[in-house]
Amino acid sequence: MDFFFFNLMPYGALDLEYDKKYASANLLLPNSYYDPEEGHKLYTRYIDELEYADELGFDGVCVNEHHQTAYGLMPTPGVIAGALARNTRQAKVCVLGRALPLVNNPLMIAEEFSMLDNITKGRFVAGFVRGLGVEYHAMGINPAFSLERFHEAHDLVVRAWTEIGPFAFEGKHYHLQYVNLWPRPYSKPHPEVWIPSQGSEETIRWAAHPDRKYTYLNVYSPFSAVEQFMGMYRRVCEEDYGYEAEDRQLGLAVPIYVGETDEIAAKEARPHIEAFFNKFLRIPNELLLPPGYTSISSLKAIALAKREMLGGGKTMERMNDLGMFICGGADTVRTRLEEFQDRIGLGQLCTILQFGTLPHELTRKNMELFATEVMPHFRGRLRRPRSEAAE
Amino acid sequence: MTGIRTETLNVSGVELIVRRAGEGETLLLLHGANGNASWLPTVESLSAKYDVILPDHPGFGDTDAPGWMDNISDMAYFYLDVIEALGLESFHLAGHSMGGWIAAEIAVRDHHRIKSLTLVSSAGIWVNGTPMGDLFAWSPQETIRRVFARQPVIDEMLAYEPSEEKIEVMLKNRQMAARLCWSPRLHNPDLRKWLHRLKLPTLIIWGDSDGIFPEPYAHAYHELIPGSELEIYENCGHVPMAEARDAFLSRLLTFTEGAA
Repeated sequence: MDFFFFNLMPYGALDLEYDKKYASANLLLPNSYYDPEEGHKLYTRYIDELEYADELGFDGVCVNEHHQTAYGLMPTPGVIAGALARNTRQAKVCVLGRALPLVNNPLMIAEEFSMLDNITKGRFVAGFVRGLGVEYHAMGINPAFSLERFHEAHDLVVRAWTEIGPFAFEGKHYHLQYVNLWPRPYSKPHPEVWIPSQGSEETIRWAAHPDRKYTYLNVYSPFSAVEQFMGMYRRVCEEDYGYEAEDRQLGLAVPIYVGETDEIAAKEARPHIEAFFNKFLRIPNELLLPPGYTSISSLKAIALAKREMLGGGKTMERMNDLGMFICGGADTVRTRLEEFQDRIGLGQLCTILQFGTLPHELTRKNMELFATEVMPHFRGRLRRPRSEAAE
Repeated sequence: MTGIRTETLNVSGVELIVRRAGEGETLLLLHGANGNASWLPTVESLSAKYDVILPDHPGFGDTDAPGWMDNISDMAYFYLDVIEALGLESFHLAGHSMGGWIAAEIAVRDHHRIKSLTLVSSAGIWVNGTPMGDLFAWSPQETIRRVFARQPVIDEMLAYEPSEEKIEVMLKNRQMAARLCWSPRLHNPDLRKWLHRLKLPTLIIWGDSDGIFPEPYAHAYHELIPGSELEIYENCGHVPMAEARDAFLSRLLTFTEGAA
């Protein structure tokens, strides 16, 4: 299993009382809540943490893209990735990912990623996402064309990376007379691609296709769902595509906190992880799931259940039970991750070791304990498949 | 409802479901983003004088969308095909909200067969300095409070519990409305350049408390369409046929009869 350090770069100085006046830390929260002095300190600190992850021996450092939100301060993740490209030595630099449908010319993403791939000498991972539903509000892009645009933009980027130009790209949403990428990517045939997703059969089938074999990275799902999605990925590869999926094709992003003991970990993590789930990730359904972004059948199920997808009221214990947060002393965390590895054959673990309001000192301690007490245990450890019944 | 027939028209590869009632000159009603619910309760009254046709637009209600239906321009050309297929040589056209936008787009393309045009709380243009309400960002409850102005109507709508089937239709309508209208939001930046071509009897009806298209939108349409008439109801929201029903129906009938 390989280990990555993911920093979402939340606006950690957020006034958590905001929700008395506003429904979400996304889109509608006035940016008067943002203080550039605090912002400068946070950017400096977060980049330091990403660089420290490289020193600690993580296999990769990860950033991502979000717009008009306190949840993540990287509308242009390439800026951070550019800094990391020069200031890290061994870790892969991963942009997980860029939201392809949100741009009107995906060639710019092909160019940006190709630059990063050249500067890092191929030490780069390209992530492609559709973007959260709320970002279709934020960027004025029609969510009903999200999937069409994603696939078309993906094809454009990969063709730009792999074909000698100039050639014309003739699509419905993107139509370019000249595609002729300078610089071409360093990696052959192109940078490694990961697909972060909350899980859908369509995405899994597409990522697993033999032409792609992209790493499927699950984010924010209960472990029971993760197990189902990963099982589906392996099954699709075996039964429909006739090959065995490698562990490297299966990834999981999850917030983790390691303390000296279970008690210390719980006490230190609680306010920050609860702020993460209840304050930073608070998005009303209408913003999270704009029409056309999700199928009518899943929207109907949500409407019938009168269910708020990302509302408040989540406790640390509940998140821990669901496997959406892993917290404890090193022993506890190792045991849980062994279970994850054995049950699903996880190849890539993106640890979110800073979350919500977690301050720098605790983030560093968390990173150090994880890197020294947890990571080495898994170096060279292979999956030991187990079934429910055997436990 | 008595006398309302459901018919299927096959036009341009679409099985268009229409509600139809009455005899006489044809009055074609085009519904808004929320489906046929706004016009449906008026069909019976209007059918006393007219051959009323109320289609479910492609992608709304009982009509499925063809893959090529991407925007309101496609919709306008599709309805020109429908008008030809129905053999309508002379008819009245009225549209509500998004349906008003479709009606205006049809008429700027070809208004020779249209005897009168009525635009009710109509989408289609943007008024600088007066943002539209963002119906795609509102919860169902907030939508009701913004769309309607009168408290008894609001209370009745808030108490309404839709069936599973109704929820599915509402979601289908919302999805197609987003596909057609998300960006540019509920308007065509070029439409206002060509509204001067509407040299036919045109009536603009609005509520003064419309939370989606505020009253300045009514005045903008009135100024952009030469010779148009303007009717604004007080304490009335986005659906005048519900909140000012009697006044609305009699004004519409007086207008269409005058244009006959």
